[in-house]
Amino acid sequence: MNFMLGITPWPVASALLWIILVISALYLARATAHKAIRAMAAALHQSFRSASRAVAKSERNLAARNRDVLLAAGREAKERIIEREFDRINDTVRKDLSNYSALHRALSESIDRIEKDHQQAVDVPPDPPGWVKAVEAVAKIETREGRGGIGSVLSDIHKSLVKAHKEAMQAYQVASGERHKLLRKMRPDWRKIQQTLTRVGKNVDSLLSRSVTIDRHMQEYEDIVRGHDRAVSALSSSSLVNFFISAFVLVVAIGGATINFSLIARPMAEMVGGTSLLGGYRTADIAALVIIMVEISMGLFLMESLRITRLFPVIGALPDKTRVRMVWITFTILFLLASVEAGLAYMREVLLHDELATSALLRGDDTATATTQYLWITTAAQMGLGFILPFALTFVAIPLETFVHSLRTVVGLIAISFLRVVSLLLRLLGSAFRYLGALVEQIYDLPLFVPLWLEERMTRNAAAESGLTKEARS
Amino acid sequence: MRTILSIVLLSLLASCAPEAQRNTGVYMLLDTSGTYREELNKAEQIIRYTLSRLDATDTFAVARIDTGSFSEKDIIAKSSFDDRPSAINRQKRLFAQQVSEFVGSVRSSPYTDITGGVLQAIEYLNEKNPGNKTILIFSDLKEDLDAGYVRDIDFELDGFEVIALNVTKLRTDNVDPREYMGRLETWQSRVEKAGGQWRVINDLDGLDGLL
Repeated sequence: MNFMLGITPWPVASALLWIILVISALYLARATAHKAIRAMAAALHQSFRSASRAVAKSERNLAARNRDVLLAAGREAKERIIEREFDRINDTVRKDLSNYSALHRALSESIDRIEKDHQQAVDVPPDPPGWVKAVEAVAKIETREGRGGIGSVLSDIHKSLVKAHKEAMQAYQVASGERHKLLRKMRPDWRKIQQTLTRVGKNVDSLLSRSVTIDRHMQEYEDIVRGHDRAVSALSSSSLVNFFISAFVLVVAIGGATINFSLIARPMAEMVGGTSLLGGYRTADIAALVIIMVEISMGLFLMESLRITRLFPVIGALPDKTRVRMVWITFTILFLLASVEAGLAYMREVLLHDELATSALLRGDDTATATTQYLWITTAAQMGLGFILPFALTFVAIPLETFVHSLRTVVGLIAISFLRVVSLLLRLLGSAFRYLGALVEQIYDLPLFVPLWLEERMTRNAAAESGLTKEARS
Repeated sequence: MRTILSIVLLSLLASCAPEAQRNTGVYMLLDTSGTYREELNKAEQIIRYTLSRLDATDTFAVARIDTGSFSEKDIIAKSSFDDRPSAINRQKRLFAQQVSEFVGSVRSSPYTDITGGVLQAIEYLNEKNPGNKTILIFSDLKEDLDAGYVRDIDFELDGFEVIALNVTKLRTDNVDPREYMGRLETWQSRVEKAGGQWRVINDLDGLDGLL
């Protein structure tokens, strides 16, 4: 510093001299420096833009892959749903329409019976009254022929009419009674027909509603096959929902497994010793964990063999006979392990009480050793838990499958979002460097305001002079 | 592939490596001389407390201090606890019963051979070789040897912790407290010179830090 200020006897003059020198140098190098700054900024801008484009391309590729995965998963799921709907329709048709001939025969028989009864129940028209002719004959008797005997004739007619009317009425009542009887006989047949038709109607309605469902699923399936954005969006949101729900259920299952572990870890020490260590962990704990893992594995195989889940294609592709055999084998192993766990849970309770009794004895507390009469409840509860939890853990396979399948999509979505953010950041950085270059150029020019001002004045004067010369010439 | 295999094999080997011993060996000496015999009920409480603190594979022995304590015959009860919890509980109950019977039937001894007892404790614990070795001395630390017994022997207490419990003050200590302090200092120097750690616990209500 002293050297710099000592180039002239006056430091101020030295400083001024240095300033003039530096500004002159900067002014002379201005064009080159501006070029260098621009080149640097452009290079950085281009690099970041290229990186951003590359990341964006990766993001697009990943999105396309994710879309394919999503569509494939959706297609598979939809196929399963449609397949199941068809199975249900098949069951309905087989169950209800297989006895259609019997139904038809029953209906025909009922209708025949009704028809026959109906024919028999036709209202018989009453015989024309016999007394009409008798009245006509009485009317034709001439006065001259004398009507003295008419009174007796009319009396006879009246009698016979009353008698005939009585008989007709009786016959009519009998006939009506018969008809009513026949109509009454028809009533159960009508009811039967009505019931049968109602049942048939219900089945047809069920088939119709199923066909509507299948239509809807088929429409969605077609959308998936055609790769419509709407289908992708629906599958994506469904996948996210599935992911969170299955994750929640898995957390619950982990809680169950932890309880299961605490039930069997202590009594395991009786079998494998309480102090031996394996890799820094108690062997008893590891053994308990292994038992739980084996149970979960058996549960997975059981679910797979039952074709409830499809995590292992090999098991699903097995012949039915082998698969059923596998179902029984896995179930038996699971049952045995559950029984072992129930035994261990009982052992745990026994050990706990033994330990409590020993502690009480060592403390000199005699009252603590007395056992309560309700102790069997906790023992039974623990044994029940020990037996049920392995079977309950079997159902972990279902959320696990959903979790695994939805995880691919969710991880893909997260990766896409990440790449999108990185691409945006890189693009922003690229732009920032471009503007930074312009800013650095301006900052470079800032100390050069005097020469630049002079330059501008000189340029303006030169321009003015050249304008005047042109005018003079013209 | 080879690297992964090597890592897996190394992990397996590391997991199979023998673990450092974490078990505890406790040898308790009970002074049965003179009036100190009346303190044995307190000793029984300490033994029960110690039993409650010990776990699988730990070793515990209780021996009496009498005229000649360097003998296995003076061991009242001893046990190396099993690996299985049910067996441990059984052993503890049996141990407590043996001690209880001893406390009920013990007769006071005319002499007090603490050094012989400590030597016996060292031998016993070295033979069992637990991870932590502790000698509990339930005594007033007043050694009184019979004629002919040679006990000016240096201990080998490297890795041992020696805890004096319930070091009561004798009538003569009240007259001249230096005698009491001198006894404590003598034993402390003997133990520490032999490479051991020395502690005194007189407040039997605060046994939490015993083991």
